[in-house]
Amino acid sequence: MNITFKDETFRDDYTFSNSEEQIKRFPFPFHEDSYMYSVNMEPHAAVRPGSVFENDFDVDEHYVSEMRDRAKVLDEDPLRCQSLPHMTLAGWDLLELIMTSKAKDYPHWFELHRDGKNWHWINHPLNIEQKFIFGDETTLPYGPLEYITRQTQGDFVLLDQREENLWLEAGMVTTQADWSLDFDIGMNFFEWHAPVPLAHEMGIFQRALKFLLNIQQGTPARRLNWTMTANPLLDTSPENYHKWGKQKLEVTRENVGNKMHLRVELQTFFRLPRSNALVFPIRCYLIKLEELVTIPKWGRRFHRVIRDLPEELATYKGFIDNRPKIVEYLSKYDDGQDTSLGIWPE
Amino acid sequence: MTAGTPKINVTVESVTPLNALITRFTFRESCGKDLPAFSGGAHVVVEMDDHGTKRMNPYSLMSDPNDTKRYSITVRRDDEGRGGSLYMHSHVKAGMEMVISTPVNLFSLDLTAKKHLMIAGGIGITPFMSQIHQLTSTRAHFELHYSVRSDALGAYLQELTQSYPKNLHVYRDDQDEQLKLAELLNGQPVGTHVYVCGPKGMIDWVRETAREADWPDSSVHFEEFTAPKSGNAFEVTLHQSNKTISVDRHQSLLEALEASSVEVPYLCRGGACGQCETNVLECDGNIEHNDHWLTDDQRLSKTKIMPCVSRFAGKKLTIER
Ligand code: FES
Repeated sequence: MNITFKDETFRDDYTFSNSEEQIKRFPFPFHEDSYMYSVNMEPHAAVRPGSVFENDFDVDEHYVSEMRDRAKVLDEDPLRCQSLPHMTLAGWDLLELIMTSKAKDYPHWFELHRDGKNWHWINHPLNIEQKFIFGDETTLPYGPLEYITRQTQGDFVLLDQREENLWLEAGMVTTQADWSLDFDIGMNFFEWHAPVPLAHEMGIFQRALKFLLNIQQGTPARRLNWTMTANPLLDTSPENYHKWGKQKLEVTRENVGNKMHLRVELQTFFRLPRSNALVFPIRCYLIKLEELVTIPKWGRRFHRVIRDLPEELATYKGFIDNRPKIVEYLSKYDDGQDTSLGIWPE
Repeated sequence: MTAGTPKINVTVESVTPLNALITRFTFRESCGKDLPAFSGGAHVVVEMDDHGTKRMNPYSLMSDPNDTKRYSITVRRDDEGRGGSLYMHSHVKAGMEMVISTPVNLFSLDLTAKKHLMIAGGIGITPFMSQIHQLTSTRAHFELHYSVRSDALGAYLQELTQSYPKNLHVYRDDQDEQLKLAELLNGQPVGTHVYVCGPKGMIDWVRETAREADWPDSSVHFEEFTAPKSGNAFEVTLHQSNKTISVDRHQSLLEALEASSVEVPYLCRGGACGQCETNVLECDGNIEHNDHWLTDDQRLSKTKIMPCVSRFAGKKLTIER
């Protein structure tokens, strides 16, 4: 793959944007012209070369800048990465999973040389080279979870499995859509999901939990989730709400196409071999409305989805106040033609 | 989801008889690749072509979870059983190609425990072997209480005595040595978790004694796989597939379904994981429930069956498959 890593920001002057190639591979989450909350899990298997679903861990043109943004967040708030003591083994599991996947899928960027427990990792895009002993924390500059997730796009949540439940007991969370690791750490699956509306009555979480408990080694799963944000801000954490919350008020009829972003989370789930824990990588993709509408099918469909979305979902997703402006903007790109089924551009 | 976990092609590296009844089998990945790492207590499902009958038996991995070059299992010969263990003992030789599943762990360590108290009976020692490897590599605190018939029939007794003299306590039936369970449980520090694997009677005994001593259920772990029992042959009607199949004396209902190309999800094949749960649409007769999954109500109402271990006797059984 021929990618130039972009030099851009996700704060202050917000120079983030997507190249034409990147727009085409955006994980558009709507497979039809309407949206209803569901768990919609599918196997995390490779589909469509070039798409974000091709590899276990997608690396794209935003990689280097996203990692720089993560380092800044961690400088200001080290508690964005935490791991309870019994989760260290799961951290090693994750490090192994990511290093072996990236070295296999992107051999021109990442190299892993192993000789028993002596490992040698080279990350060319970030200019990192590290020799260490697998399983020995003192040979890495950070714990295994923090070390590898400072070099991997997306948030990471490690879930311990016991008592027929999942416990959120370690994570790296700097690009989250409005939830806090520091607040949620130690919670089980139900406590952690408590604030979601509508879905509760559907017993959706019971079924989702059952599904997750049964994810096995070698058969990862995935789903897409979405929301919208004003500005390409990765760190929409509750800790910083006072900084980003007011940016919603800056959206006008004139700037909505540039300022409003569809934010899609590619959520994947892997069983980790050595610890039997689960890892839940949450990868965030951002796209400006004006970029999205360059794909005619997506412009038409997104207009219909946002226009017809139930009020409580628009409120829950945090854009109810800006919805009229968004719908007005998108309506210009909906000529009423039929759209084909499925999420792909055409 | 498809049935089971991804398959791995393996070559039998060695077959080592340990005593009159017990043999160890060691596998390597057939192309020389690394095997997946696993966690202590995990099992694999071994596929066997037993004279035309396909058997898939679960066995605990007992090798070091960090060793990705080879896996070992230990099989006790069961002369009365349906043949899976007999097949392993009499037909499997070094150099043979076999198919196993990616490991699954239904008997995982609780890594929040301050101390791990393990109680093994007979061949129930196997999952503890890999767990002990895992615990030693993280220097965790554990104690193993192992009941055997005699020194001669205790698998891995020597190896364990040599490697973990301080952690091991052995009880020999032929010497009338008995584990004083109530005392043992009473003397444990806060944060201890107890794990038991062995005959059903032993598991029940440990669970009951722990309950009487006010141990929370979440600190008591047990591995309860039943090998499917033989029984009389019977017929089953499959509603969705729209056919009737017969289940042999030495075949499980799950194996009969698979033999007629009906895919049923499974993990343990021993009545413990719940994956193969199947709705019963019509039952004129008796279901012989051999599982550890269904509730008493579900059993009495004859609305569910676990095809991996349970059988049927009577006029007509129709299931939703
Ligand atoms: S396969 Fe586990 S209960 Fe039947």
